[in-house]
Amino acid sequence: MSSIYSEIILDYYRYPRNKGILPHAQIHARDTNPLCGDVVEMQLEVDERNTVRDVRFNGQGCAISQASASMLTELVKGKTVDDVRKISKEDVLSLIGGQLTAVRLKCALLSLKVLKTGVYNYIGSTDATKDELSSL
Amino acid sequence: MLKQRWAAASSSTSLKATSPAAADTASYRKAKNRLPGLAVPKSTTPTTKPPLTFPGQLAQSTVRGYTTQKQATAYIHGKQSYDVDKIRHDFPILNRLINGKPLAYLDSAATTQKPREVIDELTRFYSEYNANVHRGVYKISEEATAAYEEARAKIARLINASSPNEIIFVRGTTEAINLVAQSWGRTNVGLGEGIILTEMEHHSNIVPWQLLAKQNGAHLKYVGLTDDGHLIKDDFRQHLESGEIKLVTMTHVSNVLGTINPIREYIREAHKEGCRVLVDAAQSVPHMPVDVQDMDCDFLAFSGHKMCGPTGIGVLYAKKPILEEMPPYHGGGEMIREVHLYESTWRDPPYRFEAGTTNIAGAIGLGEAIDYLSEIGLRNIQVHDQELTEYVHDMLGKVKGVKIYGPANPRAKAGVISFNLGDVHAHDMASLLDEDGIAVRSGHHCAQPLMERLGVSSTTRASVYVYNTEDEIDRLVESVERAGRVFKV
Repeated sequence: MSSIYSEIILDYYRYPRNKGILPHAQIHARDTNPLCGDVVEMQLEVDERNTVRDVRFNGQGCAISQASASMLTELVKGKTVDDVRKISKEDVLSLIGGQLTAVRLKCALLSLKVLKTGVYNYIGSTDATKDELSSL
Repeated sequence: MLKQRWAAASSSTSLKATSPAAADTASYRKAKNRLPGLAVPKSTTPTTKPPLTFPGQLAQSTVRGYTTQKQATAYIHGKQSYDVDKIRHDFPILNRLINGKPLAYLDSAATTQKPREVIDELTRFYSEYNANVHRGVYKISEEATAAYEEARAKIARLINASSPNEIIFVRGTTEAINLVAQSWGRTNVGLGEGIILTEMEHHSNIVPWQLLAKQNGAHLKYVGLTDDGHLIKDDFRQHLESGEIKLVTMTHVSNVLGTINPIREYIREAHKEGCRVLVDAAQSVPHMPVDVQDMDCDFLAFSGHKMCGPTGIGVLYAKKPILEEMPPYHGGGEMIREVHLYESTWRDPPYRFEAGTTNIAGAIGLGEAIDYLSEIGLRNIQVHDQELTEYVHDMLGKVKGVKIYGPANPRAKAGVISFNLGDVHAHDMASLLDEDGIAVRSGHHCAQPLMERLGVSSTTRASVYVYNTEDEIDRLVESVERAGRVFKV
């Protein structure tokens, strides 16, 4: 069985990209995984054409939750808010690679949930977006 | 009447012997092998090291750090009378391979595995004498009732209660504590009165008291902990002396640190001040002889599934005079004497507290589990768990970067070892151990106030029981070392 703890995951965990604070972020959300105590916060600065100009994450927790948050920041940078909205579970899981158990899936997808919560708050949420968030 | 019931329940042991199905257990063993859906590989019983059976051969240094010959001899004698390989054969789940490796189950503080005897008895109940208890006048209902009451008697004997009527079947420790809080607590802990708890309690021994405190305007006081995980007795005395305390509720053994609390001393002091005492024995009854009369506790709560029994069954013990004064917890069938349109009268304990159809199969399964554990001997189990706890401490303590929480002396612990490795998150540790087929717990262990006291968000917890071996501990240690290499600690 191949370990989920690849060199890449450990590298992002030890040397997180885009970790910190964005004081002028228009999109901002934070959530915790009550099971593990993982905390992830996402901040996005967008320009007038709704393109993500800058992004930061902040938080603490297990390697999976923190590495996936860091990887996700790299994925969204330069994308339009509409494209960010379309990022799927599968996109995040393919960034991480490897097989995750159901419990650890929650760790892996926490950052996506936080990101989408922020985006939907920004562009307006619907019943469909609420369902999507609760399925993450 | 009381004695009669006790005698009636005890004599019903004959039920099993006279039942024509008793000899048929073998057929269930065969049947079990045909159960679909479970890939149980054959003959994968993990190999263990050769047992150390020749005292003469053992130089002091070879007996793993035991400093005196006396300790070493005690170790050997303990081993001779305790056949862990034989015990392992009783647990079908231990044949499973996880990620190609034999399952090393080190999470018994969460729930234990079940021996074949218990699994078979559940099957036997449902296939031969399943019926509701106490009301049916037909054969199988009588058999079910006898087995259910026999289980109650077995529990009474296990913890040395003075009567089976002091044993109430509940879902588990959590329900037992909620029952006391809502029945005894609501009528006995009033405005401005206090309850003493400790900082090492499981959430199940905190939240029910918070609810009660809100309902009745009572307050909670906590006994603090030393850095090495012992209760600060001066805190306790100080709280007691306030004169407002009605109840002391504390755990016998910490589910995170493994600390064995000197419960008798605390009970004696609480009684001097006229307080009642509830003991959360979820982590002690499975691991050591517990005698409620000797301990002199007023209430004692524990769970069946942490002692080889099924889930969904547990026990509240309470002294008879206290139970007799307590109002019902749940209303419904079985717990009433007479029901009229606008009022009802209650049955005597324990039935007053067993509204509705209870977990009959669970109770019978727990009775079977008690038989199983009694056959091994609770004292032997205690020694076995103690030796393994010490072994984990010794071996894990040698790994660079490992911090073990709780008492530095493993002899002050019972079967539970919490640790962290460097800055590796406990969930990452547990995932890495799972890759090696090792099952441990990680997280806050339903004890967030304790985590706060320790200054950590989570720990990894290994806990041992009757079926664990030194070989499994060696695998745990190797795997922890691997985690250290992966995370470059």
